[in-house]
Amino acid sequence: MLDTIGVSSLEDLVAHLPAAVRYNDRLPIPDGKSEYEILDYFRKLGETNAGLQASFLGAGVYRHYRPVMVDTIVSRGEFLTSYTPYQAEMAQGTLTAIFEFQSMICQLTGMDVANASMYDASTAVPEAAMMAMRATGRSSVLVARNVHPEYREVLGTYAKFQGMPVQEFAFDAESGQANFDDLATKLTSDTAAVILQSPNFFGIVEDVKQAAALAHEKGALLVVIFSEAVAMGIVAPPRDADIVAGELQSFAIAPSYGGPFAGIIACKEKLIRQIPGRLVGETKDKDGRRAFCLTLATREQHIRREKATSNICTNQALIALMATVFMSVYGKEGLRELATQNLSKAQYLGAKLKHRFSGPFFNEFVADVGAKDVAEMNRALEAKKIIGGLPLGRFYPELKNGVLLCCTEMTRREDMDVVAEVMA
Amino acid sequence: MSEGIKKVRQQPSQNEDLLFEISSPGKAGYQLPPLDVPSVDPRAALGAGNTRDAIDDFPEVSEVDVIRHFTRLSTWNYAIDLGLYPLGSCTMKYNPRINEAAARVEGMAWPHPYQPDSLSQGAMEVMAELERCLNAITGMDAVTLQPAAGAHGEFAGILLIRAYLESKGNPRKKILIPDSAHGTNPATAHMAGYQVENIASNSRGMVDTEILMKAVDDDVAALMVTNPNTLGVFEEHIADVAKILHDKGALLYMDGANMNALVGVSRPGDFGVDVMHLNLHKTFSTPHGGGGPGSGPVAVKKILEPFLPAPRLKRVGDKWEWNYNLPDAVGRVRAFYGNFGVLVRALAYIMAHGGDGLKRATLDAVLNANYLRKRLEKHYQIAYNEPSMHECVFSDDIQKKLGADTGNIAKRLIDYGFHPYTVSFPLIVHGALMIEPTETESKRELDLFADALISIAEEIEENVEFVKQSPHSTRTSKVDEVGAARKPVVRWKR
Ligand SMILES: Cc1ncc(COP(=O)(O)O)c(C=O)c1O
Repeated sequence: MLDTIGVSSLEDLVAHLPAAVRYNDRLPIPDGKSEYEILDYFRKLGETNAGLQASFLGAGVYRHYRPVMVDTIVSRGEFLTSYTPYQAEMAQGTLTAIFEFQSMICQLTGMDVANASMYDASTAVPEAAMMAMRATGRSSVLVARNVHPEYREVLGTYAKFQGMPVQEFAFDAESGQANFDDLATKLTSDTAAVILQSPNFFGIVEDVKQAAALAHEKGALLVVIFSEAVAMGIVAPPRDADIVAGELQSFAIAPSYGGPFAGIIACKEKLIRQIPGRLVGETKDKDGRRAFCLTLATREQHIRREKATSNICTNQALIALMATVFMSVYGKEGLRELATQNLSKAQYLGAKLKHRFSGPFFNEFVADVGAKDVAEMNRALEAKKIIGGLPLGRFYPELKNGVLLCCTEMTRREDMDVVAEVMA
Repeated sequence: MSEGIKKVRQQPSQNEDLLFEISSPGKAGYQLPPLDVPSVDPRAALGAGNTRDAIDDFPEVSEVDVIRHFTRLSTWNYAIDLGLYPLGSCTMKYNPRINEAAARVEGMAWPHPYQPDSLSQGAMEVMAELERCLNAITGMDAVTLQPAAGAHGEFAGILLIRAYLESKGNPRKKILIPDSAHGTNPATAHMAGYQVENIASNSRGMVDTEILMKAVDDDVAALMVTNPNTLGVFEEHIADVAKILHDKGALLYMDGANMNALVGVSRPGDFGVDVMHLNLHKTFSTPHGGGGPGSGPVAVKKILEPFLPAPRLKRVGDKWEWNYNLPDAVGRVRAFYGNFGVLVRALAYIMAHGGDGLKRATLDAVLNANYLRKRLEKHYQIAYNEPSMHECVFSDDIQKKLGADTGNIAKRLIDYGFHPYTVSFPLIVHGALMIEPTETESKRELDLFADALISIAEEIEENVEFVKQSPHSTRTSKVDEVGAARKPVVRWKR
């Protein structure tokens, strides 16, 4: 090969680089290792992390059973090692699966259009807000204070440079639901979007209909966020929203210390040209057979450059495929039964503890520990090999006595009994 | 089929309907253990108005239906596992399976991001070690692993520049971007609140220092440059470019999408780059998965470190902690700590190669690109006659005169059993064929690919219409993309 090129060594190939920019040392990275050594390294480090031991953490990342089918499918090289399906004739597998994904997300959320995925929910939230800005020609955003704190932080980062003032509206100290009186006083003729999460960060289901009525009355769009997708098996879909942005981590995606997950944005038909990210559409091939391809690319950065709806390029396709397989495995009946199990478990533990809020909750709730020391309680649980709930003081100074506890189908009754005993 | 087609045969592929079409009422593929607590009626617990009935038209299929469905779909895809995937700028190298095994180790796959630091030390160590390796490779001083992909890293990087300039009293107004840049660069600058000013490349396809000198004024925050650029050419005057910017108080951003040409050979930190992103899903072999997930770490020089988003790893005694107390940090760009599972895969790749192995991979990538260039040069017009690094870019000038363009050639390549190169990018080349073979291809596969492109050049001379109607051998013939956009159907409906 060197002869064909006409050079005598590999180094000759980079000899044209100016001497001043060449790196002449050896990279300070240890010599290459074998498979066995690499696995051993990660196994040993893994042992110092809590993995599958009992845990009551939720707060945007949920521990659900992952059907074996999911990794079986996504490990197929044809899915794992293919690129974005720009060449439709040799990517019909990926394109068809994304079309099914988009369709199922529409069925779940009650929206008309869903994109092929976003990085995660936290980045989908500002993208949804920017969609609303473009669609309404207005510039400010109202976000409920019981939306996931880290989603709000990311929203703040994006908003700062968009000339998009973000204001928070309160939650009701009694119910834990968004305070619509506060919302009503803050809505103005410049409000592009009202952002509400349901179930909210405290696990409580919100009144989406009323929020929509309030927002629409002032000409704003309603953006509904979700972080626990399993809730959609039994909780009414946010049909009255204009845009839905959410997280599919619950659909067979391992917690993985926080990622990779898969976010989505779905919306009403009228907003289709404002949606960021990739969309797959149905069409025909030259012989008249059904085929799929990426579509409406004129919204995207590779065509529109600085005028694009977003800079997103790589998304979370393989993770979205995990969610697609999960939805296929559980299906109509399974998702409902799974959601009911989650609800039942949370109700079981919920009945044994004092609650901070009164609103109806799905699989998470805020326990009120009163004067007791949350950290001490969690240490007592840790000694029993149980990871306790999330102390809320970190995000809400006024909820110092609050602990957010999550139960899923993987939570065992005996562990809940221990938690009840330690925390009661 | 033409005699030139060596890699594939036409083979029957199975048809498969959509999941919704193969559903039938009552079928299910799931299993759940019996509830160990009393079952609760959702209407009673949540209120009737808050619950839903069954999800209309949601799939009802068996376990066997599921595996057959997705397996059949998978056979309609091309993949690295099937052969060379020469998408320029995308670095489609082999995805080692050890990476997958490492990411699925229980202690890597199951940690919750909010579990106590004391129960997450292994995960934090993985991140710290990856940060150390990326600093060493780039010659930069500090890294954030938070961004989820390249474009997301660009966004974080430009925010850092803005925060730094703001701390000096003026965030400035403009970002300069060469006309050869990827679309994410201008889209990012816009999202970060900057105006975009395009900079024309010179006759050698590089940033023109004269033009740059004139363009840089007190309104310019930074130049976003890709190096090697999207022509696969190393920016010869990169150190001067950095100096021109720095002299005017502006910074140099580097899009690191093409780091596969530099690892172990040249470090951006040594040629004046202030901030850059890496694509772990390109250079560091994590799989593209049909479009993602990726990871886009951002590496910076000391002056920008205080602005990196919180939280950051901090060593306290012999333990890692997450440090949120960073008063100058730009806001979070993502919840939690980044695409951790992708970070595990990238570190596994770095460990498997070691420092010398990484450099060897770079040189092999450059070797493969130059070999293809040499074999194809007589048949296709090289766009710029400059030394190629890890990719080479041709134009369709010769074939265009005969009536076929880069898009037609790409579709015909499919019949030969190859995924096309990147088509019509960079924009500064008319009818670009952008070819990046990567280091993981053997001479055998490279030759098959070169033979295919040469054979297509000959076909264009003999029967251009046949080439324009391709692909001829795929399950799905040429797809009507224009029709799809005219009246978008983006979901299945009964
Ligand atoms: C030169 C260049 N810059 C930026 C990007 C964007 O990276 P990502 O797709 O990871 O967001 C790409 C990806 O194709 C690229 O080739």
